[in-house]
Amino acid sequence: MTAPRDRFGRPVVVVTGMGITTSLGAGKADNWAKLVAGESGIRTITRFPVDGLKTTMAGTVDFVSVDPFSSTGLSERMAELVTQEALEQAGIGAKADFPGPLFLAVAPVEVEWPQRRELGRAVGKPDFTYDDLLRISGGGKYSAYHHRFMFGSVAAHLAETFGTKGSPISLSTACASGATSIQLGVEAIRRGETDAALCVATDGTVNPEAMVRFSLLSALSTQNDPPQAASRPFSKNRDGFVMAEGAGALVLESYEAATARGAKILGVIAGCGELTDSFHRTRSSPDGKPIIGCMNKTLADAGMTPDQIDHINAHGTATPENDKMEYNTTSAVFGELLQKIPVTSNKSMVGHTISAAGAVEAIFSLLTLEHQRIPPTINYDNPDPTILFDVVGNKARDARVTAVMSNSFGFGGQNASLILTREPA
Amino acid sequence: MTDTALKPGQTEVWITGIGLATSLGEGLDANWAALSEKRINVDDKSFAPYIVHPLMPVSFDAQIPKKGDQRQMEAWQRIGTYAAGLALDSAGIKGNKDILSKIDMVVAAGGGERDLNVDTGVLTAEAKGANAPGFLNERLMSDLRPTLFLAQLSNLLAGNIAIVHGLGGTSRTFMGEEVAGADAARIALARIASGESDIALVGGSHNGERKDLMVLYEFGDFNLKDKFAPVWARKDHAGFALGSAGAFLVLESKAHAEARGAKPFAKLSSVVADLARRKQPGDMAATLEKLWDKLPRREGKGAIITGATGAEPATSEERGFLKGHADFPVRSTGTMFGHTMETQFPLGIALAALSISRGALFPPNDSTGTEIEMQGAPTQIVVVGAGHWRGEGMALVEAVG
Repeated sequence: MTAPRDRFGRPVVVVTGMGITTSLGAGKADNWAKLVAGESGIRTITRFPVDGLKTTMAGTVDFVSVDPFSSTGLSERMAELVTQEALEQAGIGAKADFPGPLFLAVAPVEVEWPQRRELGRAVGKPDFTYDDLLRISGGGKYSAYHHRFMFGSVAAHLAETFGTKGSPISLSTACASGATSIQLGVEAIRRGETDAALCVATDGTVNPEAMVRFSLLSALSTQNDPPQAASRPFSKNRDGFVMAEGAGALVLESYEAATARGAKILGVIAGCGELTDSFHRTRSSPDGKPIIGCMNKTLADAGMTPDQIDHINAHGTATPENDKMEYNTTSAVFGELLQKIPVTSNKSMVGHTISAAGAVEAIFSLLTLEHQRIPPTINYDNPDPTILFDVVGNKARDARVTAVMSNSFGFGGQNASLILTREPA
Repeated sequence: MTDTALKPGQTEVWITGIGLATSLGEGLDANWAALSEKRINVDDKSFAPYIVHPLMPVSFDAQIPKKGDQRQMEAWQRIGTYAAGLALDSAGIKGNKDILSKIDMVVAAGGGERDLNVDTGVLTAEAKGANAPGFLNERLMSDLRPTLFLAQLSNLLAGNIAIVHGLGGTSRTFMGEEVAGADAARIALARIASGESDIALVGGSHNGERKDLMVLYEFGDFNLKDKFAPVWARKDHAGFALGSAGAFLVLESKAHAEARGAKPFAKLSSVVADLARRKQPGDMAATLEKLWDKLPRREGKGAIITGATGAEPATSEERGFLKGHADFPVRSTGTMFGHTMETQFPLGIALAALSISRGALFPPNDSTGTEIEMQGAPTQIVVVGAGHWRGEGMALVEAVG
């Protein structure tokens, strides 16, 4: 029997339900089968014209339909699907009555081009100013767009649909958002405020302006052909990340509450850590100290030492700077031990699901623990000689995995790490 | 279930720093003076027929010394980074590397302003017949400033605060309009009270002088038009006047504050929040009543500071709730500062703490009788924040001792 509390006297937080959607497909079974088979979900974009774009591929989720389409609508629909899957697995609460709060990682919301164009057409003359747009926006014709483009709208919809308790929190810590949503859930349970929390992360923002924004920051891969080979984490010829859509949901519970109701425990969130980098808006501090500190804080939070980590699910975006920085900082934390720790980047196959990535990769880490099999980093044909990770290149690897560190780093100096284990420590 | 109220063994949380940059001015004295003199800064011309409460100009150099940093931000981020600096100054921790390297940040944020010229340029070109498949892509690639995205990203307010003021603890950004401000305070309070954190910077900022935001709120007919009136006097002329403001607080455990000799403005005793379904009339008022009951017992000299927006039906529902507590003098930040969205709740906490520390509630400014005079010093102020569409929050700010 395991103690319901960790060595710091806090409730142990376990996962009892998971749901996932990525460009590989819907649900854990489909995603896992394709992930270990080394399949790519990256494809040439068909949702909108790509003429004039430097990057023409992405990991879009085209099999989920939303009408009328908006990126926020897609984020919401995917979040709904993965939450349903997670709740079915957890078997917790009653229908539309989840016994805890919602923490939602969601991309920042704004009025989108289809709606803006609709407004432009409604002005009804060829020359107009922004004031003309403003003047025709009222009167109730577009009231649905007010609701759609409220930042809190996705969380409000999920809270009402699934009956989560209290005020749902919508959060953004850029590319670390998914990890932050899990961290908030863990903290709420550890504080004893709740026995369960629903942590959801979703991002459906592959749209022209989002592509342009990242392109202008030179962050995206332009290796468009073939699209499946674009995302090249840890490779010498990596040239940026590939935008992608997806969502992940986790039901977190205290170990005590989960065992009391006889729930199957899928894994443990053993540690969470977070440390801000105040060096630059998009670049990490050259000395890597904030990332090193983040990983060390996470180990300390889990009450673990580096030798207890036997797999790293890397942030691994495939931007030239991220992968190098991630290697340097990880090796500073793990030292000689790092040679024996297999490292992989799911983004080689599903792309970078931005706001969802931290949760999507936490779920893949938990599935890795369950199956004792590490999904590959595909497109790893030309290793970067300065990145000496033991990369699980191109083919999945069977391995004894007891504890996974999953890292997320984002614009705005956001660093967050999680440690996931099979059993309570 | 997800509320924050002190339990036995939890530490008291003090408000030891306040930073305000608003339409009434910069800093605590200027804001207090304007409130005391019932001065409201309203602009009904620049965005006519829409009304805004514009930021009283500040010298951004004073808190954001590098011009390069200022250029990387849009107005909402500059306002927030500025107000955050004022809060750190107020707490006496500006430049204190030991404390700033571990301070936790919870920011309530919306998104950044769009480039209206780019948007209008695309739409008018399309109206004139530009319809090549890649037209939008090409225009955006050539017309958008590469760094504009960073000035729009919600979490880059926190990012800029970290860069400019050298913060190195944790950083979380909550979105979701008005209640995001309440949730930011709620989570920061919970983390300090439980010992997860010793000190936190909490707040938000908003630039109300934005036509892109007015379009969004005009979709729901929420903008106040033509004529300014106090929020309680807008029943037949509903709406909110957007306001520009940055409001930040330094929250600190009593022990941490005492160890460094910091004096509190007040203590933050509890923050609670919920999401009323708002399907039926009375739903929202019932949720406010529920939150009211969850706050610790009030036995002192109480008052209410609310962020009521002036939008309907939320404001009428809230007025109904307030009538049930008519012994508490009410003040509306919406009347005085306009509607500053995510910032309204931190602003309310700031004014509650300021009122307690100055030994008086600022005077009423209302013709409907909803706001009444208060004699003597308030010792307990309830901050109320009900969103114009969704989300309800409440906090209890109390005198220390």
